[in-house]
Amino acid sequence: MTEAQTFEFELVSPERKLMAEPARMVVIPGEEGEFGVLPNHSALMASIRPGVVEAHLRENDDPVRIFIAGGFADVTATNCTILAEEAVNVDDLDQVDLEQNVRNLTEDLGMVEGDADKSRVENKLNLAKARLDAVTGSLSA
Amino acid sequence: MPSLKEYRDRIVSVKSTRKITSAMKMVAASKLKKAQGQAEASQPYATAMAAMMARVAEGVVVGPSSPKLLIGTGKSDVHLLLLVTSDRGLCGGFNGNVVRRVRLEIKRLHNEGKTVKLLCVGRKGRDVLKRELGNSLLKSFTGIGQKGKIAFADADQVTQFVLEQFESGEFDVCTLLYNEFKSVLSQVPSAQQLIPFSMPVTVTVSTSEDGHEKEKKKEEGVKCPYGFEPEEDEILGQLLPKNLGVQIFRALLDSAAGEQAARMTAMDNATRNAGDLINNLTLQYNRARQAYITKELIEIISGAEAV
Repeated sequence: MTEAQTFEFELVSPERKLMAEPARMVVIPGEEGEFGVLPNHSALMASIRPGVVEAHLRENDDPVRIFIAGGFADVTATNCTILAEEAVNVDDLDQVDLEQNVRNLTEDLGMVEGDADKSRVENKLNLAKARLDAVTGSLSA
Repeated sequence: MPSLKEYRDRIVSVKSTRKITSAMKMVAASKLKKAQGQAEASQPYATAMAAMMARVAEGVVVGPSSPKLLIGTGKSDVHLLLLVTSDRGLCGGFNGNVVRRVRLEIKRLHNEGKTVKLLCVGRKGRDVLKRELGNSLLKSFTGIGQKGKIAFADADQVTQFVLEQFESGEFDVCTLLYNEFKSVLSQVPSAQQLIPFSMPVTVTVSTSEDGHEKEKKKEEGVKCPYGFEPEEDEILGQLLPKNLGVQIFRALLDSAAGEQAARMTAMDNATRNAGDLINNLTLQYNRARQAYITKELIEIISGAEAV
């Protein structure tokens, strides 16, 4: 086989580099739909919505699932770099906490007034919901 | 001439001061190491962000419909100065230098007939400028990085405020003033324009190894044109605020590392000065003691002679 089986996958947050490993495939929740990145992917720059990035590092291994709160992906044939402001391993998220969080924020949303505040709380709520989806999705899968 | 006891007391007091300053120096040194580590850790993100900005910029035609963050409001009447200082003192000229830089900048802008607004990060800068420029001080953020670590969320808080103000048309140009961390021995007060964002024409300057890598990437970019999802303009619109956050975050990290470095140097000097002072005082103390002994001897001898 001459074709490369893996490519360099990097996940960086503003505070540190979270991952830098060769990967076989990475599934990214792009803003306009999920897409998978394989070696020799055409050059692409995409913005990412809050969701789960699945990194398939080695054959037969379970993929590493990481929740990211939005960001950008920079894909070339040999590299895939994800810029994420916040990234958590899905296993570290706690479903009960998140459900509580979603409930609290929904309550808050009913109470706040003013457009600026409202959109801020809405954003938070959407993030919390995305987080919760990440967890429940991983349980059912 | 002070009495022997006064000398002794002063020596004791200077010695305890020296103990404190040398302890502070060591604490600053260890915090500096941490802060530098953090600044280094944030590098990959900043580099990747810069590369992305450059790549997007290549494909975007700047026009009247471009994001305001990029082209500005078309005016430059109201300037917002974002000043980054430390929360604590005892770090030599660290805060003084950057505050002096701000004063110069304000003076220059006033001479040009512009309105100046201020935004302070860090207590020291706020305290000094509040007295003379209280009216133009929009807001100040303090207590950032108090837990020994600056989180991106802290920078984000500042960024959001700046963006809100910009969107509501409170200012036209935003300049960031902070202490750039050159080395442990030198922190240079520097200014950087944040809004409108000055696009890097070429890929940003970097160290030799890194630069090589980027050139390679750029070549690839030429070979296979980039796909954008969503469109370039839209990505640019999303990237610009993020980039603003990265710039502010970097300034905070630089400033934090600089603060510790400045404190380390200042405390090192203080420790050395205390040592010199102790030597001097000990010399004077010994002289006074000898003078006292001689005096007593003379008294005894002359008393004996008189008999």
